[in-house]
Parts: sequence; C-alpha cells; structure tokens
Amino acid sequence: MKLNTLTAVLLAVGVVTCSAQAQSSRDTIQIAGSSTVLPFSSVVAEEFGNNFAQFRTPVVGSGGSSGGLRQFCQGVGANTIDIANASRKMRPNEVEACKANGVKEIIEVKIGYDGIVFASRTDAATFTTLEPKHVFLAQAAQVPQNGKMVANPYSRWSQIDASLPDQEILLAIPGSNHGTREVYEEKAVIPGCQTLAEIKAMDKDAAHKVCTAMRTDGRVVEIAGDYTETLARLQAQKDAMGVFGLSFYEANRDRIKVATMSGVEPNQDTIISGEYPVSRPLYIYVKGAHIGVIPGLQEYAQFHISDGMSGFGSVLESAGLIPLADDERAEIMQAITQKKSL
Amino acid sequence: MTIIAENPIKSVAAPSQVQQKVIASLRKRHRKEKLFRSLGLSAVLISLALVALLFINIFAKGIPAFWQSAITLDIYFDPKIINVPQKPVQQADESDNDFRQRDLAWQNQVGFVNFNRLIADSLQKVLPDAAKHRRDLGRVVTSGERFALRDMVVADPSVIGQTHTLHLLTDANIDVWLKGNIDRSLPDNQQQLSPKMREWVQSLSEQGIIQNRFSLALFMNADSRSSLASAGLAGAFMGSFYMMLVVIVLAVPMGVAAAIYLEEFAPRNRLTDLVEVNINNLAAVPSIVFGLLGASVLIGWFNLPMSAPIVGGLVLSLMTLPTVIIATRSTLKAIPPSIRQAALGLGASKMQAIFHHVLPLAIPGILTGAILGVAQALGETAPLLLIGMKSFVASVPASPFDQATALPVQIYLWQGNELRNFFEARTSAAIIVLLMMMISLNGMAIWLRKKYEKRW
Repeated sequence: MKLNTLTAVLLAVGVVTCSAQAQSSRDTIQIAGSSTVLPFSSVVAEEFGNNFAQFRTPVVGSGGSSGGLRQFCQGVGANTIDIANASRKMRPNEVEACKANGVKEIIEVKIGYDGIVFASRTDAATFTTLEPKHVFLAQAAQVPQNGKMVANPYSRWSQIDASLPDQEILLAIPGSNHGTREVYEEKAVIPGCQTLAEIKAMDKDAAHKVCTAMRTDGRVVEIAGDYTETLARLQAQKDAMGVFGLSFYEANRDRIKVATMSGVEPNQDTIISGEYPVSRPLYIYVKGAHIGVIPGLQEYAQFHISDGMSGFGSVLESAGLIPLADDERAEIMQAITQKKSL
Repeated sequence: MTIIAENPIKSVAAPSQVQQKVIASLRKRHRKEKLFRSLGLSAVLISLALVALLFINIFAKGIPAFWQSAITLDIYFDPKIINVPQKPVQQADESDNDFRQRDLAWQNQVGFVNFNRLIADSLQKVLPDAAKHRRDLGRVVTSGERFALRDMVVADPSVIGQTHTLHLLTDANIDVWLKGNIDRSLPDNQQQLSPKMREWVQSLSEQGIIQNRFSLALFMNADSRSSLASAGLAGAFMGSFYMMLVVIVLAVPMGVAAAIYLEEFAPRNRLTDLVEVNINNLAAVPSIVFGLLGASVLIGWFNLPMSAPIVGGLVLSLMTLPTVIIATRSTLKAIPPSIRQAALGLGASKMQAIFHHVLPLAIPGILTGAILGVAQALGETAPLLLIGMKSFVASVPASPFDQATALPVQIYLWQGNELRNFFEARTSAAIIVLLMMMISLNGMAIWLRKKYEKRW
C-alpha cells in the first residue's frame, strides 16, 4: 500500500514536470474575441484544419471585442493569444496599451461586413417606420421637449411617433463589452440624436453626452452575454425589442422578425449597397511577432480572406458574412503577406 | 365501598383538571405533528415533482437528438474527379520525417479534390430535377461529409473507382424540418429551407432515402460550426476524460496520503488544528476562485498552455482535494479503535497497524469519497471558463496538453449556438450524456460501498 502511494506521488510529480517541459512551444493557433466574429472564425478554423494536413485546427474563444483585444495586448509569447477578433476597429488607446506591453506588430485584417438589426418576436407588432431618431428617443436618459431637456417621459413607442405601434418600450441592447454596442451607438443612436434641432444647437461635448446617456428605469437592458441571451429576453417579454447581428436573425427567422430602418429592410443587398445604415466592418487582428513561431498563423489569415472562404458565393457568405469587394480583399491580402503593422 | 367503586368510573366520565389539560394539549400536539408531517411530505413531493419536470423536459427534448436524419446514397468515387497520384509508400532509405512530409503533401492534394461533386452526382440520380437547382443541391448533405469521403480516400486509396453505399448526414435544417422543430405552416420568408428543398426532402423521406438513423456523429465527432449537423461530443468527452485522469492521479493519492497523516500520525496541536480548519474552509471555497488561480498562476506564471485539460485537471484537483481528505478522514475515524489496538498489541508497528489493518478496511469508504469527488469535478464548469476552456475546438485532443473543451462547457457552448432549432435538442442530448456519466459514477460508488462495507 505504501509503495502504491509512493508511485502515485511520483506519477503526480512526473505529470507536473512534463507540463513544465511542454510550456515552451505551442503549435495550435489561439483566437479570442468578438462573439459576432466567432461563428465566422470558427468556420474558417475548421476548414483550415481540414484543408491543411500539416497544421492543427485553430482554437477560437469568445469574450467580446474588448475582452479579446485586452487578452491580445497582454504581451508576446506562447501563453498569449495570436489573433483577436473584433467587431469594431481597434481604438488608439488599445494600440498604445498593446505597444506598451511589447505587442508591436499588429496586422489589421478586415474580413467583411455585418449588419445590426432591430428585431422583435414574430407575434409582436411590426415596425415599418422606425428611424434612428426613434431609437435615440426610446433609449435616452433625457430628451428635448419644448426647447428644454426633460427626463425621458416615453413608455410606449406610439408616444414617440404616432406611426409606431402602440407597444411598451423595452430594448435589449448589447453590453459594453461587445463591439456591437459601439456600432449600435455610432450608427443608430448618435445619428438619430443629431437630427434633433435642440441637440444641433448644443456644443459638441454636451451633445455627445446627451446622445449617449441611457435611461436607467429598466426599459433598456444591457445584455452581457451573446445573442441567445437577447433571444431569451424576447421569449420572456413579448414586447421587448432586441439588437442582433444579421446572421443571427437569418438563422432564427421563424422566431424573430426585423424592423426596417428608415424604410430599408436589412439584408445582404441593402447592406452592401449602403442603403441600410446600421452595418459595420468586422476585423481580425494578427500578432505579427507570432508569425513564423506559431505554425500556420500567416496562412490562416490569408486563408481567412481568400476568395473561396470569404468572397462572393463563399463558405462565409452562406454563413451570413457580407463579403468585401474584390479589390479591397486583394489589398488586405497584400498587407498580410507584407506583415503591414498598425 | 360503593363510593370508592364509583370513583374510577366517575373519573373517566369527568376527567380531572390535569387530565383535561393533557387531553386538550394532546389534541394540539397531534395537530402540530400532523401539520409537520404534511409539510414534510409536501416538501418531498414538490421537490420530486420539480426534478421530474426537469428530467421530462430534458429527456423529451434530448432523446430525439440521438437520432438524426441521414440520406442513403450510392457514392461513385469517380477517378476522373479524384485525380490524385499514388499514395506515397515509405522507401527503405527514406527518413520518417521525409516520408511524413511527402505523405502530408499527398494528403493536401487529396484535400483539393471537390468531393461535393461526388455527392452532387449521386444526388442527381435520386432527384430528377436536380440540375436546375444547383444551389439547393449543394445544401442537402451537410458540408462536413465531404471530409468523411476524403478521409475514406486517404485511409484506403483503393476505393477510387468503386461505388459505396453510404449514409450521409443531411443538413441541420433538414433535420429540424423533418423532426417538426420548426413550424411547417410558417410562410416561405420565415423558413430556413427553400420550397424546392422542402419538396425534395418530403419526397426523399417518403421513399425512405432520407431516414432517421442513430447518430454516431454525436459520439464520434468533435464540435463543428461549419457543418452543424456533424457537431459531436467526442472532443469534449476526451477533454473531460483527460481532466479526470489528472484528478485521479493527483488529487486522490495526495488527498488520501494527507488524510492518513493528519488522522493517524500528526500530533494534536495548534498547527494541525489550523490545517484542519483550513481544509474544511477550502472545501467551501466557490469553484470559480480556483479558476482565477489557474488563470493567473498556472497559465500566467508556469506558462502552461491555455484551454488545455492539464490545466483544467490541476485546477479541479485542487477543488477535489478537500473532498477526498474529508471523506478519507471520516472513514478512518469510523474504524473501531479495537482493530488498531489489537494490531499494536500483537507487536505491529504503528505503520504496520495502519497499512495492514486499518487501511484495507477503509478502502471502500475512501473509494466512495474519491468517486464522488471525481463526479463533482466532472460536472464543474465555472473554473474552466476562466482558463480558456470555453473556446471552440474542432479537433479531438490527443493528449492532456492539446486544446480541448469539457462536457459541461460543451453544453454551455451549444446552448449559445445561433441555430436554436437544431441546438436546443443537441444541448439536451449532451445533458443526458453528462447525467448518465454522473449516475454511473455515483452508482459505482454505491456498489463499491455495498460490496465491501463491513459493519461492526
């Protein structure tokens, strides 16, 4: 019995030493970040593993754009990630933080576009006259009335505009850890806010403050999780309206329906043409210092934006990504080959 | 005399004050007991009903997911389409590495073959109007099956030129449609399948070409996102398996050794009291704290790989350790002192008394504690989220150092998948698999206890 215990302890020590030896190298690409990009990245990772017998299948984590970029900027080395997925552009302060931590080569790769849709349950009212202005008025902490700023008095959409349905205002928007949130604010709330005469009269800083202040009476809920959590919120509350990615809506068309924005229905065509206003580019950020160290990293980035993967009629297009124009893709391909850093 | 004789009768008819009090309070006490009993019984019934509700809900959703719609096709491995050179054979004077390079190059070449065309060609034989709807044609069979065909060729190139009857998984949305998980009366713009596709699926399933078959994919494949229908649990299962291996190798012997020392050898003083209190406290530490420790110490300082079962196993070992120590100590305590005394009386040393006489009697109890600890670790999710094990991993890990997920994390990941109609059932199926593993582990613990239990 004593011997058995001894061998077991020795084994345990062996496991720990083995692990210490395994630390130095890693042959699997590690990716983390935006949950909007995650489905696309996962598809690419899987196809990459299946197409290149010499490389291992990359591992894709989530955590939101900000979370992924924070992990990305922790430093260089096998225990840091190689690629950050982001549904927004990297901010200048993030680039600085990255460089301060030794992450000096950051290759920005735009992979395509995604639309953001406002959707509600199929058995709720249909929104056909929604404007960015209405979204602002529904979510703002203070709204202008008779030339003065007052606390948001609206509780039903019909009070904002007579053409909107007579339905409770309940908005489920992405939490601030999501890149989608920034796009929601920049493409819907702020433009809507700036159409109002009272806001135009204010100075820039004050206007920005008013535009982005959110009401706190429970009518706007921030969802920190992914879109399934937003969907669950809609399932619990019939009147709730949620903010989703276009591809999520496409996969769940039997459960939710979209609102048109300024009269335009969101779909691939209206987003490519730019008619539908609330769309954004998606990015992956590649750590240049890891190219050549982690096998297949550069090849993965090139594979990601290859024609077969993310061009028109490609695998990612059928997964819901809106492709880049061919010449833009060629430009980005070149940036990857030359390791052009931010 | 008569008066005396009358007295007892009288006392029955008209009880004394004390008796009256007793009778009155007795009624109250009985009422209270009845109330308590019914409260207790209803508590049991309510909790049973809730458990039953949970199980019925999970099983009703999950059981159908163990069967999945598959299409039976005669695939002709057309040599014109699979135009690849001979599979390389290792030469006598060739090093292993060179051969591997050549073999990989050959595999890549096989990978360039358009296996979808093989599938499309054989589909055209069963669908007369297929040529006009090429877009839909490419979506009947789930996209991952082309790799299954490639793997067949890589494993045995002699299949080229032959015809094989294969059961290929259909697209996830076809499975959803056939199982009725999407409302069939919805208008076209809310359906996932085009009208043409629905017509095809209907006719193929009436002909028996598309059938519900037991889903091996669920058990044999790793997770998938590009081909949702082929997403399986194999990767998560192996991840959990490696973690449990680490827990069994580390936590169980260390826990047992610590418990024996503390219970039998350690002197009773302030220090051992402190250790004891801390072990009990450690058992109550929320598991997510161990995850933070794993992320900062194991990954941050010791540079262990992210999302690897070795890190998960180490973290879960820490979590299981107090459980094993406490269970082992209470088992050792329960062994009558007479056993020790008899051994010592016959001249055995303390070490001999413990290892020859006490420990063998304690083994069933120790095993039960260890198995329950491992079962608890198997179901643990929170610490794994923090060490990167909630990533999407599309391959089955080959060692504890490879990236992997675990079964409970896989449930969490599938719960978040966009294609709700398909993954609601898949998630419940994964829950059933996890529950079955837990039940069998707990069953094993009970069986061991019953089999080796000794009563004094």
